[in-house]
Amino acid sequence: MAKITLDNLAHSYLPHPRGEEDFALKQMTHDWDDGGAYALLGSSGCGKSTLLNIISGLLIPSQGRVLFDGQDVTHAPTAERNIAQVFQFPVVYDTMTVRDNLAFPLRNRGRDEAYVAERVQEIARMIGMEDQLRRKCSGLTADAKQKISLGRGMVRKDVNALLFDEPLTVIDPHMKWELRTQLKKLHHDFGHTMIYVTHDQTEALTFADKVVVMYDGRVVQIGTPEELFERPEHTFVGYFIGSPGMNVIPAKVEGNRAYINGSDFDLGAGYRAMDGKVEIGVRPEFARLSATEGLPVKLRRVEDAGRHKIIRAEFFGHDINIVAHEDESIGPDMTRVRFDPAHVNVYRDDWRVAPEGEAA
Amino acid sequence: MNKTVNHKAWFLVLPVLVLVAFSAVIPLMTVVNYSVQDTFGNNQFFWAGLEWFDEMLHSDRMWNALGRQLMFSGIILAIEVPLGIFVALNMPKSGFWASFCLVLMSLPLLIPWNVVGTIWQVFGRVDIGLLGRTLENLGIDYNYTQSPLAAWITIVVMDVWHWTSLVALLAYAGLKSIPDAYYQAAKIDQASRWKVFRYIELPKMAGVLMIAILLRFMDSFMIYTEPFVVTGGGPGNATTLLSIDLVKMALGQFDLGPAAAFSIMYFLVILLISWVFYTVMTNLDKKGM
Repeated sequence: MAKITLDNLAHSYLPHPRGEEDFALKQMTHDWDDGGAYALLGSSGCGKSTLLNIISGLLIPSQGRVLFDGQDVTHAPTAERNIAQVFQFPVVYDTMTVRDNLAFPLRNRGRDEAYVAERVQEIARMIGMEDQLRRKCSGLTADAKQKISLGRGMVRKDVNALLFDEPLTVIDPHMKWELRTQLKKLHHDFGHTMIYVTHDQTEALTFADKVVVMYDGRVVQIGTPEELFERPEHTFVGYFIGSPGMNVIPAKVEGNRAYINGSDFDLGAGYRAMDGKVEIGVRPEFARLSATEGLPVKLRRVEDAGRHKIIRAEFFGHDINIVAHEDESIGPDMTRVRFDPAHVNVYRDDWRVAPEGEAA
Repeated sequence: MNKTVNHKAWFLVLPVLVLVAFSAVIPLMTVVNYSVQDTFGNNQFFWAGLEWFDEMLHSDRMWNALGRQLMFSGIILAIEVPLGIFVALNMPKSGFWASFCLVLMSLPLLIPWNVVGTIWQVFGRVDIGLLGRTLENLGIDYNYTQSPLAAWITIVVMDVWHWTSLVALLAYAGLKSIPDAYYQAAKIDQASRWKVFRYIELPKMAGVLMIAILLRFMDSFMIYTEPFVVTGGGPGNATTLLSIDLVKMALGQFDLGPAAAFSIMYFLVILLISWVFYTVMTNLDKKGM
């Protein structure tokens, strides 16, 4: 178990990167606490796997350092870092039995057989494959194989960190929940530092204490699920987390009022004057249809999602989504939308601007 | 779903049947025809029954040729398969040098058998050949026209030179199909180089290696041109492999009956060994499942 520090880290797959756009991973400095459960969330190609491979030592970064508990491991080979990693597609040694697969990392490190047998039993119970230990691995289903990969990752007790690279992609939905719960329990029981890469927000939000959202090679926000929901630091976070994502509308902000296409409304807090691209962001959950007050919108359709309704509306060419309670009635006269001032965020060039009075 | 029964559809397979008949069945049947008859010339044939088969089964000549043949196939497989795997493991995985190696490896495969034989025939000659002269100047007694050992070494090295590439290319294709994650996982599991080979690379290559072994076995078991060009089956009968012996019998001595019986048994042996081999390999594969 270790605290992982990324110190001015950046990586480019090109041998001689010219400018910032050549970097798959832009320069970053972050601390990952010992024993934390982190999720790395972002769309495909945002650099999350690159970052994971740098931490595991499969990739040497072009610049910066990686420290485990203050010790520089940037150039240390994978084996020396003592980490475990589970990959997107199941990696099992086909010609071995399930038991030998689980025992492989321990045997390679020369642990004695009694200890190996005990650990293998324990892990087999955890992944629910006790009765299949003698089976050859080839011919098992993809999710059984992935459970074995997970098991192989967890069989060593003393790992510095457990890294997961979208490990549940190939697993059946009902198994996903089960395995995720098991991973959480494992984290709770042993307190390993865990880093879980995913592009699925539900997976990230349910697994992790802290979610690291990445966008275009950059970490745009690290926060608890609530923080990401309430105060997205970047419009990408707002858009990527939540279903549907945050409404982002260009606006003019003066003091504590926002002006959009001739309408204006209260922001709940004051802002300094800004230049650049100014937008406001409101989550659909904090928007409400009204007959009398707010911005005039054109209603396009209402989708019933079971527990709530999603209203798709248009406001001068911008899509606006509104989430309404299931029992809320929607009438044809309700052609205005009102935003809850406490939950309106202001963005300048895609980054959130703190209102006056709030500590940045 | 209802299947429509229309017997006219059989006509669709007719072209294939005709083609196979003319290319394989009819020629094979003429051989069968010769194998059960005897002739004293004048195009007169007499029924001989299984006499030729009986004679061939009790012929030392055929058993000796078969022994030499099995030894030849065994030796070249024992060299070419491990060597091919070794070459494949050491070939670059990508970039210019990967393509370069691939082209280089394919070159021997593109050379006609006859030419390969001629190259080695000249190369090994003690009077003008580079290899023969060099060995002689080094004081090594090498003369493939006189020493059976030298003749054997020459034809084995020639076959290895000609065909190791095939095994290497197939093994290389098998290696290329292994996703990076396997190697990464092995690194994390702290597997040694040998274990990576044993548990990742070898199992993934098993399928193509089976094809390589099967191809090399069948091809070497039927080999004719190259040893014929180099040694002509000599010295004595030292390198008279099955095909060479067969041609001597059929065209040299014009013993059509025995040669036909020989051919059929030769064909059946290849068929049998390939079938046994294939069955064993696929069963091993299934047991793994």
